[in-house]
Amino acid sequence: MVATSHDVMPDIELYQPTDEDNALALADNLGRDGWLLAGGQDTFGWLKDRNKNPQAMIELTRVDAWKGIRETTDGVEIGALTTLTEIARDPILTEHYEVLAKAASLVASPQIRNVGTLGGNLNQDARCWYYRRGLDCYRAGGNICYADSPQGLNREHALFGASRCVAVSPSDTAPALVALDATMVIASASGQRTMSAEDYFIGPARDITHMTALNAGEILTAVRLPATWANAEFYFEKVADRNVWDFALVNVAAAMKMAGDSIEDVRLACGAVECTPRRLQTVENALRGQSRSEALAEQAGQLAVAGAEPLNYNHFKVPLMANLVKRAVRG
Amino acid sequence: MAYMHIGKDFVPPDVHGKVTGRIKYAEDYSREGMVYARLLTSPIPHARVVNIDASAALAMDGVYGILTVDDVYPDGEPQGTGLKILTSEPTLVGEPILAVAAVDEKTAETAISMIEVTFERLPFVVDPLDSLVEGGPNGYPGGQNSFVFRQGFATEKWSADQVATFRAGNEPTAEPQQTVAYGDLEAAFAESSYIYEGTFTTAGYPHHSMEPRSAMAYWEDGKLYLHATSQSLTAFADGIAGIIGIPKEDLVFINAATGGGFGQRSRANSVPSVAIPAKFSQKINRPVMMRITREEEFTIGGARQGFQGWIKVGFKPDGVMAGCDLYIVSDNGGKGGGADAYSAADCISVLYQADAVRYRGTFIGSNTAHRGAQRGPGQNQIAPIISPIMDAAADELGLSRLEIRKVNSAMSGDVGGPQRTPFTSAYMPQALDQAAEAFDWEGRQSRRRQRNGSKVTGLGIGQGYHSAGRSGQDGIVMMGPDGRLKIHCGVGNLGTYSYASVSRAAAEALKMPWESCDILTGRTDLHLPITSPQDGSNSIFTNTRTMWGAAQDLLAKMKEIAAADLGGTLDEYDVSGERVHRIDDESIGYSYGEVAQRAMELGGKYTGESELPAELAEWTQISVSRLAGTAFMGVYHDPAHEGNPPGFTVTCCEIELDTETGKFEILDLISIGESGTIVHPQGMKNQLVGGAVWGIGLSALERHLYDPQNGIPASTGYWQSKVPTYLDTPVKIDTGWVDLPDPENPVGARGIGEPSMGSVSAALTAAISDALDGHIFGAAPITTDMIINHLAGTQENAVPLAQNNFRG
Repeated sequence: MVATSHDVMPDIELYQPTDEDNALALADNLGRDGWLLAGGQDTFGWLKDRNKNPQAMIELTRVDAWKGIRETTDGVEIGALTTLTEIARDPILTEHYEVLAKAASLVASPQIRNVGTLGGNLNQDARCWYYRRGLDCYRAGGNICYADSPQGLNREHALFGASRCVAVSPSDTAPALVALDATMVIASASGQRTMSAEDYFIGPARDITHMTALNAGEILTAVRLPATWANAEFYFEKVADRNVWDFALVNVAAAMKMAGDSIEDVRLACGAVECTPRRLQTVENALRGQSRSEALAEQAGQLAVAGAEPLNYNHFKVPLMANLVKRAVRG
Repeated sequence: MAYMHIGKDFVPPDVHGKVTGRIKYAEDYSREGMVYARLLTSPIPHARVVNIDASAALAMDGVYGILTVDDVYPDGEPQGTGLKILTSEPTLVGEPILAVAAVDEKTAETAISMIEVTFERLPFVVDPLDSLVEGGPNGYPGGQNSFVFRQGFATEKWSADQVATFRAGNEPTAEPQQTVAYGDLEAAFAESSYIYEGTFTTAGYPHHSMEPRSAMAYWEDGKLYLHATSQSLTAFADGIAGIIGIPKEDLVFINAATGGGFGQRSRANSVPSVAIPAKFSQKINRPVMMRITREEEFTIGGARQGFQGWIKVGFKPDGVMAGCDLYIVSDNGGKGGGADAYSAADCISVLYQADAVRYRGTFIGSNTAHRGAQRGPGQNQIAPIISPIMDAAADELGLSRLEIRKVNSAMSGDVGGPQRTPFTSAYMPQALDQAAEAFDWEGRQSRRRQRNGSKVTGLGIGQGYHSAGRSGQDGIVMMGPDGRLKIHCGVGNLGTYSYASVSRAAAEALKMPWESCDILTGRTDLHLPITSPQDGSNSIFTNTRTMWGAAQDLLAKMKEIAAADLGGTLDEYDVSGERVHRIDDESIGYSYGEVAQRAMELGGKYTGESELPAELAEWTQISVSRLAGTAFMGVYHDPAHEGNPPGFTVTCCEIELDTETGKFEILDLISIGESGTIVHPQGMKNQLVGGAVWGIGLSALERHLYDPQNGIPASTGYWQSKVPTYLDTPVKIDTGWVDLPDPENPVGARGIGEPSMGSVSAALTAAISDALDGHIFGAAPITTDMIINHLAGTQENAVPLAQNNFRG
């Protein structure tokens, strides 16, 4: 049986820490029972529909240390609580890491970008409507996937990496960070650890109920962009049904270092085709050292979709992904 | 004709309230002691309620009571079609089963979560063709699966082979439930040089009114005060009194502003849920607010009917449409209702003046949203289907796409529709010419299908139609010794400002400065006349007739009084400068205040106490009886008019379609209206621009998803339904109008609301088809994935002609 519409917030404890230590202590104490709240764009729907029922919310927006964009000796560090609007407009990012600024500028709508944060965009849960509806699917702890079934509605779902669940990574900024070889900064009461953006996002084969490597009690506090990829030639494109307030059908992010007409180095990632941002290493390998041409772009597109396994309604994503990769290489 | 008010812009009185946010919608009201109702709705697409255990909920602090089917239908739940106030046999997910009232919404919602409802699950279906096939599930009570408009429930089945053949793209061979035809279809196709034949689907997507169907009610001095949303005012109140089960005179319906009509708020039987707080308030003797959530709006509200159709159209060598054969299986949704399919055939007959038309229709239920009217019900679904077929015919016959539309266009003196109804007037050729000239249609033809990298240019032209006027309603105007004109307006305020526009006809008849007029509207205890439900683009035509008539009655009475008191005959008097005076000596006369004073002294027919029109509706009679004797009254019943007053639009657009992404941008778009004399230019422009946004949604974006596995809706919010956003519409939408008078309306006006959407949908679909070398999808919407699949040659494992999924 499906939950009926509620649209009313339940009773819930609200914690509003103002410094890092208190926030981390609360996260540690509450573990999975403590819901991390930033812009709220992935939160209130879950809670008002009562399809997620945490005991408490830890509102992080008062922790100033996790906000803002700072230049470092090896690039740039962006606080996870920085809003998407700030990222889209930031002069450092627009000048040196334009792929991320562009990706942030295409998330959802201006209103959502004004309150939505980088951390929220990266950590948001799967947008598969069966899961969001509160059905007892694998991702919700059940033993069925309603989308990957003979009658399932799966137009927005995965081409790659399905493992019981076929939901995709919904983030626009995630593939941009993978293309930039970003590092994720994760804090907890016991200290700090870092990991690459590519490793941060995890698929259903590893953990079907979570989309990131964030453990209970941990908070994503910042993202570091290495100087290595500053000022590269960038490309970001998102194709969605609507031009505002929509998730990508497919998006692509590319960072290329050019030597004349030759591609010296490249990183490519696509979103909305797999549960994680899909880094296209085979394509990168094929492109490195090659001269840019229409034929090369075409070849890259075809290589990108090799091994795609479309479901009933998402065959279109195969040519769309191929075309977007082609356009990214074409520049 | 030179008018004082007609054809001139003005500021409707509610504009300031809307701009500042001070105007009140139903949810904005409160009352001392008010409690909050929440709904328990069905989580199952088709079920029977076996038992309700609310004991734990009712024992909670702060809970005031429960309202069930037994409370609202003490004599048993009605078995007819349509939404119920509450039901014990839900036929769609989200249908209200019961309501709980509590001190606040959170308590009510928590109480609802403690109620145990035992359901018996019954068969359900989300695609009508799956029900139509022999042995398929039947979604309606009593094992039935069909509701035929104005006939009733039935069970309809086709053989598996008949359904499979239809899904495969062929003409249905089963007997339809309804057939309407004129002309010799066989002869028409025999003389055709080009014939198109194919199947099609159109999506039955939901309404998207910004204001949900919230309502608040309380009882005072034996009267029910009901704050609710509607797109009509007195017509809605008249109906909801019956649904609640109270005499009309005991209802005060308050509805100053409405956040969107969309078609199913015009009549009370489409919004029976507003009776819940009324009934609840009666039961627990407290004011009750029932706030409807966005998700509930999708199920308590309604949706357009989806079509699974087959069409065959033949054209003579000169481009004349010889014949059209149309077979539609329409999706009745969970509650029956809707006659969109017939209207689709009517639209083709009117717009293209075909020599022969046959319409065949079958109506099958699905356990999805309630279906009924939505802007251009039927006319607008068929607009994007027929338009690319017109273009294919033009290309095949060597005609321009403008010319084939001109050859077939409706003109004054023509008839239209299966009933062969004459138009009151029709100026489609003028509208086509005006649009083509303003858009430079011919000049742009050199850009047709021109490529620029991955992008290709497409040009489209389309037409829209809806019958746009009714009659038979009533009007009341009043005047006191202050000489101000009180216009009693029963027209709803759904955002078009037509309630104010039509009131201008009364001011016009009396040559009254607008500053000296007051519109009395927004609540029925202001004693308002009955109007037609505000659907079918009829308001401007229908209500300018009643306003004009009531003002003419007042004018005639003014002249009578003046002639009797000051000498002479009626025809020796006229009005100007807020005076009734002799024509030959304007110094002899009365000011409006003076003549109103005299009328009140005389009483009788001058103050509504005698000699009333015999045909006044019961609702109007009640209003007049309460106004009688209070002021000088003009009262009028509008007799039936002759013919069909059409509303027409023509749209031209240019798009650039990216063949690598399937996305397109609308570079230019112009819509020209043909709706008689324009009463309010800014209102007309708003209708054309608003209709354009809707048309873009219909052609390219909006959808209605139901999971076939469990019957639950995926479209439960704006973003899942893909309503167009500001970046999906052109930066600028140009508008214009023909502005020629209609002889059946005193100020020459007809309506425009619905066709303004159809022509844009038709033009945009034609432009997409044009950019893709004339490919006809036979579908609305045509979404990004469909364009990519077509270009890449990829095939999906989709069920052909399926409804309520990505393809229809």
